[in-house]
Amino acid sequence: MKEIWELFWTFAKMGVMTFGGGMAMLPILQREVVENKHWATEEELADYYAIGQCTPGIIAVNTATFIGQKYSGMAGGIMATLGVVFPSLVIISILAGLITNFSHLGWVQNAFAGIQVCVCVLILNAVLKLLKKSVVDKRTAVIFLVVLAGSVFLKLSPVWFVVLSALAGIILKNWEARGT
Amino acid sequence: MGTLLTLYWEFFKTGLFAVGGGMATLPFLQDIGQRTGWYTYGDLMNMLAVSESTPGPIGINMATYVGFTVAGIPGAVIATLGEVTPSIIVILIVAAILKSFRDNKYVDRAFYGLRPASTGLIGAACVAVILEVLTNIQSLAPAEGSLLKGFALGDGSLFRWQALLLAAALLVLTNWVKPTKNLHPIVFIGLSAVAGVVFQFASL
Repeated sequence: MKEIWELFWTFAKMGVMTFGGGMAMLPILQREVVENKHWATEEELADYYAIGQCTPGIIAVNTATFIGQKYSGMAGGIMATLGVVFPSLVIISILAGLITNFSHLGWVQNAFAGIQVCVCVLILNAVLKLLKKSVVDKRTAVIFLVVLAGSVFLKLSPVWFVVLSALAGIILKNWEARGT
Repeated sequence: MGTLLTLYWEFFKTGLFAVGGGMATLPFLQDIGQRTGWYTYGDLMNMLAVSESTPGPIGINMATYVGFTVAGIPGAVIATLGEVTPSIIVILIVAAILKSFRDNKYVDRAFYGLRPASTGLIGAACVAVILEVLTNIQSLAPAEGSLLKGFALGDGSLFRWQALLLAAALLVLTNWVKPTKNLHPIVFIGLSAVAGVVFQFASL
């Protein structure tokens, strides 16, 4: 019981310290989980982190579930995850309430109109960074363009693109394996 | 009660199919907003800005914010739990078969296709957001599924020039100017807020 709460609070603390998403969390995880608590080795953490990036969902949550699970089973995995999301729940609920109360003010609307321009650029930067990692040859370029165009012009759920592209990956790589 | 159940289910799907971290949930959140009418693109962008500027993983912050917008604090809790449920299930399974998962060639092959697709989805979300914020073109993805009807030009000029100028400046500062390109996004969000107030962006 005690170790489960320790997981919760440790991951809550890391949730507060993570500023800017899952990628920013790795150095904090290394210090807390590997050096201070000895819940996992450096290599295990690297594995968890890599798998956390290629399994569905939020990277920080996936990694937290992994470490919690390793330290004290299923309950540990669940508590570590609840810990990592707990600060977000508190902070965002307070902020969202405040912003709703002030959103009718002229200067708040102007500020958010400016911020929206910045968000555009931040998303564009994220896409450019991801392009370098995900589009590695002609076939991945085609998948990228087809999904981009399909998703802009068709009113289809993103779920379809995810399922079909996973199948496409398997089929394309199978052909390649057979060809050689 | 009905809303909370829908909220949980929508975020469960987001958590299950969004591959590649917080930003990958954006296209799903846009899709949810469009289908349910719970919030607009503009609302979503404000939520994203706040999520980027506060502690915590961006994906979780956005889920909490959307949930709060839809149904207050219970909504925030339900949306966040919905989004992490698939993660917990999938990771517990993967942890049990860790070695064979990592060495499985089909997993590897599926991700060869998934990675560019995920980038494509975020790219499409980016296009929608750019149209919304930087131009007066209303929407590319029309409700009826017909392509041409989607191009409806709002009043005035095609582009919002002031916004476009700010975007160009930010793009340069975040990518090509050495002293500024590694600064935390919150700096640029702050600068843009000031620019928005000074030049009265909301009334453009």
